[in-house]
Amino acid sequence: MLQQLKMEEKPCSAALSVQPSRGLVDEKFVVLVQNTVPSCPLTIHASHQCEDGHSWHAFAHYTSDASGVVNVSEDCSVGGTYSGVEAMGLLWSLKPVPGSKPGLRMRKKNVQAPMVITISVYKGHLTEGFGDQVPLAGTEVERWYMAPGVRRIAVTEDGLTATLFLPSGPGPFPGLLDLWGGGGQLVEYRAALLASHGIAAMALDYLTCKYTMETGKMVEQDYFEAAYTFLQKHPKVLSSRIAMLGFSLGTSVTLKTAVYSEVMKLRCALCISGSHVQPLDGFLKETLGYFNENSGKTCFTEDNEAIWRNLLLPIPTDLSLKVDMKEMMERAGNSHLLTLLSYPNAGHLIEPPYTPHARSSLFRDVKSRQMLMALWGGQTLEHSRAQEDAWRKLLVFLRKNLYGGVKSTSPLSNL
Amino acid sequence: MSLRSPPPILSVRPSRALVDEPFEVSVENLPPGGPVTVRSLHRSEDGDDWEAYGRYVSDHSGKVSVSEDLSFGGTFSGKQPMALLWSMRPVPGSRSGLRLRKLKVTTPMLVNISVYRGHNDFRDQTPLASAVTERWYMAPGVHRVDIRQEEVQGTLFIPPGPGPFPGVLDIWGGWGGLLEYRSALLASRGFASLTVEYLKPGELQTDLEFSSFEAAFNILKDHPKVLSDRVGVLGSSAGSIVTLYLAAESTAVQPRCVVCISNANCYPHESGLSGIQHLLAKKFDKIRLDENNHEIWRGIGLALLDDAPYKVDMGKIRSPVLLVNGRDDQNWPVLETADRMAQVVGAAGKAHLLYRLDYPNTGHQIEPPFSPHFRATNLAIDGTKDKAILLWGGETKAHSEAQEDSWKKILSFLRQHLYCSPKAKI
Repeated sequence: MLQQLKMEEKPCSAALSVQPSRGLVDEKFVVLVQNTVPSCPLTIHASHQCEDGHSWHAFAHYTSDASGVVNVSEDCSVGGTYSGVEAMGLLWSLKPVPGSKPGLRMRKKNVQAPMVITISVYKGHLTEGFGDQVPLAGTEVERWYMAPGVRRIAVTEDGLTATLFLPSGPGPFPGLLDLWGGGGQLVEYRAALLASHGIAAMALDYLTCKYTMETGKMVEQDYFEAAYTFLQKHPKVLSSRIAMLGFSLGTSVTLKTAVYSEVMKLRCALCISGSHVQPLDGFLKETLGYFNENSGKTCFTEDNEAIWRNLLLPIPTDLSLKVDMKEMMERAGNSHLLTLLSYPNAGHLIEPPYTPHARSSLFRDVKSRQMLMALWGGQTLEHSRAQEDAWRKLLVFLRKNLYGGVKSTSPLSNL
Repeated sequence: MSLRSPPPILSVRPSRALVDEPFEVSVENLPPGGPVTVRSLHRSEDGDDWEAYGRYVSDHSGKVSVSEDLSFGGTFSGKQPMALLWSMRPVPGSRSGLRLRKLKVTTPMLVNISVYRGHNDFRDQTPLASAVTERWYMAPGVHRVDIRQEEVQGTLFIPPGPGPFPGVLDIWGGWGGLLEYRSALLASRGFASLTVEYLKPGELQTDLEFSSFEAAFNILKDHPKVLSDRVGVLGSSAGSIVTLYLAAESTAVQPRCVVCISNANCYPHESGLSGIQHLLAKKFDKIRLDENNHEIWRGIGLALLDDAPYKVDMGKIRSPVLLVNGRDDQNWPVLETADRMAQVVGAAGKAHLLYRLDYPNTGHQIEPPFSPHFRATNLAIDGTKDKAILLWGGETKAHSEAQEDSWKKILSFLRQHLYCSPKAKI
């Protein structure tokens, strides 16, 4: 009789935990469900509302074990937005909820507040209608781009539009100039994350900066030299240990700087999703002009997504149209120090790990102000693996070259 | 061109954690085989600085790992991953008799961890590297609700998620005021928890009767996000008196289980604790002083073991009771009290309901894990004395181990009795 009474009580509470509940964006977490009915089908669901107000979600289907436990790091998802054993799948497989505006891309603007994700566990294997059911349990997770103690400093001197992130501690720290691509804006999150790893990183807006917005002109080499010098002279930065990291169009700047700049002596350079093809004569204006001239080579998919990869193909034989990689290596005196990481089935937008993959998204061309749907490419699973691996290698590379000793002749196999 | 070399890299993982979670502090890129001091520094809400430090020697890859390496001395020695927190004490020159307690739980405790060259005094040096770590009482998504009712003033913390959740009524002891941190932490561990204000800071006076606590229990029990038949009580020090009353004698409520930390079992008044200060004051002649002139109050409790006008009749307990005590408690005769209770419980044939954890070299203030240990702290006692330093007891290392172990055991006890298992045990 007493036993029967107990059965009629309110349902037992499954317990859901995520460790750590507050983590950096590039840290792994462990999602654990306990105290559920053994061998029970369950859906673990992640939901996030980004700063633009759009809703994103991810979910996976599991079966609890004989003790009523699901451990996302160890157990296999049999379906959902990811499958297999994927500790971080709930983050990297986040997609806009059905009915969302097409072409969305998740990018954090305010790095001083965390990304908040709600993780819930539902009974059964659901693929929709999450809002209509009451989950068995739920919890919240914070993902931060800034570690505690990292300082964010807006930089407007010397005509710069930039943000400097200083690691916590007295320093001085190695420095880094962080350049994004053709979309412009002052994008801070990667620099914030790098500062959380001990590098004084400065995100630099070079396409939509104050100078360009006011004069309508592209910046020249001296703008980057001013950024470099700002870092070099900063009391918390080690002037002989400054790197440059360029993504997409930012690669063009990085390579040109690494090979030819007399003023900017880069300790090391990193290029993500870029090309060495650019007119050697001139700088940004000429590079963008070159893309423009070749814009006829843009292809469009059935869904009207723009494919730009052909703009720089075939690789010109004209030497004045590309940065001489060989010369760069020989100048550095270490021709074996080039590391090339080419990830199969990864697309253009190689971002910090565990952030959602956008195969295509709306892109506003800086010059023409035209909005297009750009096809970036990549298959989500392999793209996410690539992001994880690339970031790890990037951090090791920076650690070795910026924190390492004067002699930097370590073989590539160390990576 | 500067020839300055890159600094060592100090990391704390995780950099943001709950207060009962361990962390790993490591330093890399140090000169190999070199002496360094790793130090923690925290500025309390009262503006006092607290610190702990350990002396290490880097290995030949230039690394120090606080979790793995031996500290050669400082505020702790040996292999102690968390001693940078639990061995904290006020920096030299601070006021005496301080205690560290966080009142605002919606913000984290910020601890600065630094590494200095050498084993000598680091105070004049700039650290080689430092990092900040956040220690939180509230997990993300925990909901804090002010409770302001006629009979009950307090704060309710609700875990994230749809619920419903088991509940824990959290009752503190003397002189605390409204303390939220333990309830916030309980909510972060899955229990809806209500903490009640009944003793103003610096006072042992209260108007609240047992009935007010019954009302508080019901507020919790009746909350839509609380499982009404899965509510327990956690009480410490004077709060354990109310806790035991609710477990044994209350006709209005029936906790599913109770925990008492540093138990007491005597009360002045049929309906509650009002006048308790008076009751204690009558036995003030039993106060002893130690070699530092710190007041040892356990004699008061010993005298009251026999003389107290009222005691909770433990023979009437109806649910499991966990008693957590320190064997070096100088403030209250907790072991003797527990022994008496065990006798009564045993005589009533209910020994199976009573669980005891008696920790060696542990004092009265058994706090959540990694909280610094206070052997003696200031107390301004309203109305009777100006100010005194009360001896709580305990030896720091053993006391800290007790805090860690008891918290785990308290949580598992609460889970066992308040969370139902889908597999019903027959």
